[in-house]
Parts: sequence; C-alpha cells; structure tokens
Amino acid sequence: MKQLIFAFALFASPLVAGSLAAQTTAQGGDLGAPVVEGGTVETLGETDAEAEEGGLSFTVTDESDWSDIGVAIAGFAADRDRPTPANANGTAALGREISRVITANLRNNGIFRPVGPDSLPQPSFTQITSPSWGSWSGRGVEMLVHGYVSARADGRLTVGCYLYDVALQDELIREGWVVPPADWRRAAHKCSDLIYSRLTGESPFFDSRIAYIAETGPKDRRIKRLAIMDSDGANHRFLTLGSATALTPRYSPDYKKLLYLSYVDGNPRIYVYDIGTGRQQLVAETGNPTFAPRWSPDGRNILYSMAVGGNTDIYRVSANGGRSVRLTDAPGIDIGGSYSPDGSKIVFESDRSGSQQCYVMEADGTNQRRLTFFGGRCATPEWSPRGDQIAFTRIAGDFNIAVMNPNGRNLRVLTSGWQDEAPTWAPNGRIIQFFRTTRNTGRSALWQVDLTGRNERRLKTPVDASDPAWGPILP
Amino acid sequence: MNTRLATIALLSGTIALAGCAKKAPEQLPPAPEESIPDNPTTTTAPVTNSGPTVGTQAHFEGAVNGQNVIYFDTDRFNIDSADAAALQAQVQYLSQYRAISITIEGHADERGTREYNLALGERRANSAKNYLTSLGVDANRIRTVSYGKERPVALASNAAAWAQNRRAVSVVIN
Repeated sequence: MKQLIFAFALFASPLVAGSLAAQTTAQGGDLGAPVVEGGTVETLGETDAEAEEGGLSFTVTDESDWSDIGVAIAGFAADRDRPTPANANGTAALGREISRVITANLRNNGIFRPVGPDSLPQPSFTQITSPSWGSWSGRGVEMLVHGYVSARADGRLTVGCYLYDVALQDELIREGWVVPPADWRRAAHKCSDLIYSRLTGESPFFDSRIAYIAETGPKDRRIKRLAIMDSDGANHRFLTLGSATALTPRYSPDYKKLLYLSYVDGNPRIYVYDIGTGRQQLVAETGNPTFAPRWSPDGRNILYSMAVGGNTDIYRVSANGGRSVRLTDAPGIDIGGSYSPDGSKIVFESDRSGSQQCYVMEADGTNQRRLTFFGGRCATPEWSPRGDQIAFTRIAGDFNIAVMNPNGRNLRVLTSGWQDEAPTWAPNGRIIQFFRTTRNTGRSALWQVDLTGRNERRLKTPVDASDPAWGPILP
Repeated sequence: MNTRLATIALLSGTIALAGCAKKAPEQLPPAPEESIPDNPTTTTAPVTNSGPTVGTQAHFEGAVNGQNVIYFDTDRFNIDSADAAALQAQVQYLSQYRAISITIEGHADERGTREYNLALGERRANSAKNYLTSLGVDANRIRTVSYGKERPVALASNAAAWAQNRRAVSVVIN
C-alpha cells in the first residue's frame, strides 16, 4: 500500500506535470502523453473440470448474514529467484507482491477474510502443487491459495494460481498465465478473479480498469482531468493536462478508446480519444454542444446527446463516423442512454414529463415508454452488464444510488450520501461505483457499494475524483 | 454609481425606442460620453475618460447596471419579468453598439446530475438568446455555451447559493 501511495505522489508531482505540459503545444490540445499499453495476457491450458460446477450456493446479493470465507494467500514461490523488470528484487519478491495484490483485492468485498503472505509461512516451489496441509489446517481458514512465478527465456513471466480447500485437502481450481513483466499485476487480478468466481459462482471483475475525472482546485475554479487506473487503483495515469475541463469518460469495450466530454475548443463537445496514439477527434461534426457519450456493448456504435436551440435529444452514430441518427424528438431534455447488454434496448433519462425520469426504448428509438413512477426523480440510468438491473441516481431530496429491475419495479436505494451520483457497474454486475460530493466544499471522491447496499467503501485516488466509468473484463 | 443610476433611468424609459435607437458607428467610439445624460440627478457624476471603454465587459456591465446576469428557478428555464427587464437592458446596449457580440453562459446549481445540468445550462442560455433575438438582436451576434454545474459563483451548499448559481451570464466577446 505504501508503494501505491508513493506512485500516486510521483504522478501528481509538478515535475511530471511540467514535462507533460511541453507536449500540449505539440498536440494542440489538452492531451498528455499517450499510454503505451502492455502486451497480451496468455492463458495456459491448466483449467480444471471442477470449474464447471459453478461454485458455492450463495451469491453476492444474498441478504443473509453468512460468515466470510477465510482465505490464506501464501507468497507465490519462484522456481528460481531471477531478476525481472517487474520487481527490483527479483522473482521471489515479485511472488510475494502478487500475493499481496490478491489479498488486497479479496479484502474489499465483504465476502472473504483474506490472510496475506506477510503473516503466513512461505511455501517452497515444490509445495505449490502439494501443500503442506499440516501447516494450514490450524489457521482458521477454509481456503488456501498457492502460486508460482517463473521468468521465461523470452523475458515474460509465467504465473500459476492454485486454489485449495483446506478441510477437503483438495484442489478446487488452477490456472496459469504468461504476462509481459509490465503486466504482472494483471496475473494477480486474474488469480483474484479465479478465486472469486470459483467460490461465489459469479463472473470475474478484478482484471478491469476504471476511467474517471480527477479533480483539483477550489470549488469555483475546479481543474478536471481525464484519468485511468486499474480496478484496484494501481497503474494510475492522467491523460489530459487540465487546461480544458474534461468530463464523463467511457471506456470502449476493447479498452482502446475513451469517449469523453472536453471544453478544449471552449465548448462542450464529445471526443473519442485513442489511448495508444494519444489522438482524439470529434464524435459529431456539428456546431452544437454534445454531451453524455456512451458505447454500444459491441463498441460499434456511439450514443450521444446534442442540444439544438436548447432542446437536447439522443443520437446514435457509428464508431467509424458517418451520419448520425436521431433517436428521440420529445421537447425538453433527453439525455444519457445506456444499452441493454444484448444491444436491443436503451434506457435513458428525459424531463418530457416535467421532471427527470427514466425511460426505455428500442435501440432504433421506437416504443419509448416511461419506467419510473416513484416519488422523486431518476437520472443517469446504467444498465447492468448482466442485464438484470438498472442502476441510477435517485433524486429525492438528497441524491442516492439506487437499482431497479428493467421494468422499473423493485426499487432499492443502496447509498445514503448527501450527493451520490453517476453509478457505473463492475464488469460482473455485482458492484456499483459512483461519486460522492461533499456538501459545501464540493469535494468529490469515488465510492463503491455492492448490490446488497453493503460493503460501501471509498476508492483511493491521488486527488479528488468523479464520473467513474468501469470498463469490462480486459481482453 | 450615480452614472449607473442615470444610465439605467435613461434605458428603462426608452425600451420602446430600442428598435429605432440611434445607429451606433461601426467604429467603436473612444469614450462613454453618451452614458451621461442631461439630468439633474447626475450633477456630481464625473464626466470622464477614466471609465471602462466600450467593448469591454466592464463597460457592458456598467451600462446595463449589472443586469448582464439573469436568474432561474430550480429546473426552470423560463424568462420571468425580472429577467425580461434585464434582457431589455442588454438589448438597449446591443442596439447601441452593433459591433459587439456576446456569449451567453448558461449555468445550473450543484443539485442536479452533471449531464442533465449541461443540457439545462444550454437551455437557459438559449432562453436568454431567444429573448434577445425576439427583440431584434441578430442571432449571429449571440453565442451560447453551457457550463452546467461546473462553474458556480456562490460556493456554499444552500438555497441562497444555488439561486445565485442558476443563471445565464452575458459576456462581451473580445
């Protein structure tokens, strides 16, 4: 954790900001250096037939008080301690670091009671596939995680991950990955996902990233920068320099691009930013303001909202450009829009009834109908990646994060902040992130809560934060 | 201050004349002499070259007596009578200085979601623009931009602050 904080301090230092500023003129905008993405993560064919059984019988949405699962995550062993660009102290140190990342991941979900490598014996490489059961059974843990790190001749790393049931003294699942050294944390997230999925029966979510808006400065002169980070806050980067206000980012499904709103030309316009090249272009060539960009689930289409003469409607355009199709034409503000995971429907917000409410329509704009009739207003609806829920900002006095079924029923309010806004779903549809603004100071931070309304916690970010957008599982 | 009072007295009495106000020269005049009317209440007003020059925001705000900002009710964008009076003062000014263009900045208070507030700010700016154009100001001289809830002027989180932040601000384009 100390390392994380140190890394953040480094990024936030004026030195770095200064060197980035030099590129502003070169790019003619507000963009920082492009992000060089790491290589791909290759999965080894070590899957276990038991994975098909679907895990234990509870789910994250279970309302009952069940006890946390004790999981011991021993330090990953190195076959031989070799130097690696991933860790200054070699692969043995890297193995322990991977275990720490997994421990931190599992700690933050209210499902597990993880015990990390620093308070556990270090297994040898040969013990990875045959645990020394005697040393684990007395520790009050039900599950045991072992793993190994091996530096390959080609410079990449092989990371293996094994999950054992301590009482059964049996292996539940194993998997291995080959990663470039720079992507070592992804192996830790893959292992976390393997454990989480095997023990809960839910889909994975750790190996994913979050785009958001980093905020600094006083309330009336807030500097807002586009930023990205891993799901656990690591590998944080600022993508824009802050001379132009940036808002409302959205990761493309393949993580290659970001949609966001920028005032770079003095007007609110949405751009598609190419993460690899650092270039961006307008989504719609228009003299009108454009807001609220969204991807279709397959990444082929972009939804946006455009104000013409003060009247805002929702449009769709191909991600490759071309002519925009207008989907709404009601007088008033139709804005936002979130596709169902199958791409057939869009939930959006409209004040056509006199106040902000959530509506649903077919993807071609037909059959528009109001979903929400509870007291209060419905804003920023986001369809769950699982399709079974819609999260939204419920405005009823204060602003809270709430969920409902896609038919508008079974409203459940999950948070109780003064101003909780803009939900975004974890890739598995079980956790929601949002941003919480503090009364008077206007300071904001990213928070997350699970679908039960429990396990609410604040995410660490180097500076204040808003507009989180959680991407899918990394390809 | 006396100068401002006198100016507004003059303007408010001549709304009906706005359409046929004397044509301003294409080149901006060097000094705001015209803002000093022949009026007994202005005997102490400084006759001056030290005031703001035409084409500046300060000159505009002085001439319209600070009525370059109009305010809205929560979630509303309609022009009420106070807004109308302010916009009429702006029309007077824009009729007098035809070389001047303005940007109308639309704003919302913090008690709205970010994207909706961007659209709402745009709607408010357009309400003001439509009012000005309905009184004869060329639409090409008016640009709109919405800042949503991103640029508050009153920083507290209470009803009074929010009322100040729900606004459309006319700004002279330099």
